[in-house]
Amino acid sequence: MPEDPALIRFLEADGTFAPTPAAERYRAAVDALSDADLETFYRDMAVIRAFDVQATNLQRQGQLALWPPSYGQEAAQVGSARAARPQDHIFPSYREHVVTKIRGVDPIDIIRVMRGLTHGGWDPTDPKNGNTHIYTLVLGSQTLHATGFGMGLVFDGRCGTGDPDRDEAVIVYYGDGASSQGDVHEAMVFAASYQTPEVFFLQNNQWAISVPVSTQSRSPLYKRGEGYGMPSALIDGNDVLASWAVTRAALDEARAGGGPQAIEAMTYRLGAHTTSDDPTKYRPSSEEEAWRRRDPLARMKAFLLTRGASESFFADVDAEADALADDIRTRTNALGGLEADDIFAHVYSEPHPLMDEQRQWLAGYEASFEGGAS
Amino acid sequence: MPLSRAINAGLRASLAGSDRVLLMGEDIGKLGGVFRITEGLQAEFGERRVIDSPLAESGLVGTAIGLALAGFRPVVEIQFDGFVFPAFDQITSQLAKMTNRLEGAVQMPVVIRIPYGGHIGAIEHHQESPEAYFTHTPGLRVVSPSTPNDGYWMIQDAIASADPVIFLEPKSKYWQKGEVDTSARALPLHASRIVRRGTDVTLVGHGAMVTTMLQAAVLAEVEGISIEVVDLRSLSPVDYGPILESVRRTGRMVYAQEAPGFTSLGSEVAATVMERAFYALEAPVLRVSGFDAPFPPAKLEGVFLPDADRILEAVDRSLAY
Repeated sequence: MPEDPALIRFLEADGTFAPTPAAERYRAAVDALSDADLETFYRDMAVIRAFDVQATNLQRQGQLALWPPSYGQEAAQVGSARAARPQDHIFPSYREHVVTKIRGVDPIDIIRVMRGLTHGGWDPTDPKNGNTHIYTLVLGSQTLHATGFGMGLVFDGRCGTGDPDRDEAVIVYYGDGASSQGDVHEAMVFAASYQTPEVFFLQNNQWAISVPVSTQSRSPLYKRGEGYGMPSALIDGNDVLASWAVTRAALDEARAGGGPQAIEAMTYRLGAHTTSDDPTKYRPSSEEEAWRRRDPLARMKAFLLTRGASESFFADVDAEADALADDIRTRTNALGGLEADDIFAHVYSEPHPLMDEQRQWLAGYEASFEGGAS
Repeated sequence: MPLSRAINAGLRASLAGSDRVLLMGEDIGKLGGVFRITEGLQAEFGERRVIDSPLAESGLVGTAIGLALAGFRPVVEIQFDGFVFPAFDQITSQLAKMTNRLEGAVQMPVVIRIPYGGHIGAIEHHQESPEAYFTHTPGLRVVSPSTPNDGYWMIQDAIASADPVIFLEPKSKYWQKGEVDTSARALPLHASRIVRRGTDVTLVGHGAMVTTMLQAAVLAEVEGISIEVVDLRSLSPVDYGPILESVRRTGRMVYAQEAPGFTSLGSEVAATVMERAFYALEAPVLRVSGFDAPFPPAKLEGVFLPDADRILEAVDRSLAY
């Protein structure tokens, strides 16, 4: 199949630096990246992959209820997350492990969600979490929350002031499956209506569990953004440079008052949708193999080597990745439990008689087993 | 003043009280809403405070959640009861659970206003009673004013609440007049109230049915039956104090509602009263409700909806035990 001429890519699968014609617009920004920047991109991808593999193993060993792997999608996530400024707001779906880590969320907080210890995991208002909102499992719901948040930024004059150090933007992540949801379309309508400072970042990983994207859309998904009046770009989602450069430009535009922007990152989940499904039942191994040859990490490593990156750098990254994986295993095993009383916590913000009654009843019931007649 | 103006005045007071309060909805700005509840508010407070939204209910509620995350207090108008269902996921899965998922880090002070119930002779999807869906959902508070005074105060209390509130407006009562005391709040948002004293049977209900219960009480009086009427006001949480106090005196209770009866609010209140006041009861708690069928074409709504006679039939059954 011929490649879409709109595709923005800097790095070919073998690591060759060969910008597509559509990428030329972003060339200067990429050329200005330092070796340290490029190494950070690689380090982010490699470290979180080790975390992702460890988490998958922990699920297989019964330590987690579920794991949605990010394996294979690291470039789309690292590029876009590194493109955001500290004051920007992140609305993830449920697979943005790389994004959340870059923003400062402790990966153990994701583990806590998947282990069944919380439905949230972290506090988006705590500065250490980099304005990162919690995961949302219902597909596409978060695109509306992000848009509403963006409306708030507009209403409060927190964007479009001309001060790039102060202006804020929102980036919302969703997938090719979610793009079929009505909420995503309503989010785009509202975003266009109110000109929210927002980037709709679609990671097209080709499969919505077992349903291929060809079943969901007859036209390339990035073109839908154009239908809502948004500038829309198509990037090679396995090229971290394309992801970084295009997202950075889109966020700059949004922050400056240019309204919502759409990006489709063409990528592939090399693993399962979650640990509950088996991709061998629904997709051909030849396809998987073809995408494995476009692995974002291998591509970036090859590129870094051509630029003279040292072996010690890669060894250092590997050691850091191993250390994170070990740390996560240790901390997962050390995670505590919950109090029964937690069921009633935070259901309401104000006092509620039903919660009080049921809390009291449960406490009495549990106490009846301690030192009772039996 | 009529209930419609009372709610309008309450919204105006809340808008004036805090610039974080926003009204959002379809046609609520220039038109003032299809029931004119928001009439004049956009002219007074501007298009950023009173927002004419795109026609998308899930979008309305979903963006209100985002606005609440950004520190606003959005008040969403759903145009008609039957149009709330496209927003059902955002209300029940997202809005209701957000504070819980965030472990209390962020509050969700969002109000969803829904004109509900029958008796206006409308076409389908324009007169339904969806309250049980929302009272069944932990995390939501559900209230319904039956008088202009309550309309004025309860909408302000709902907007001031840190929790999401489903605010059900009995649309057939929008034009019913009553005194509004703007100087003092009568009752807290979640209190029920005995609105008529009686000694033989307690009638309990909410919204438009309060008027119907009072009509039944007047008719019963002619027959020498003394009826007490309790207005629930808050559908979730339910304030059982006045209800139990009343039932302990009368020994009999009938719950009246427009909604279908199966697994309804009336079912819940009836079960709870039987659990808590069993020895005070002279008869089982009875329910009068809409039938367990889709709301019928308007020409049949008089048959579908409980009227004073249907309520009195249940009163007679209760007294016959």
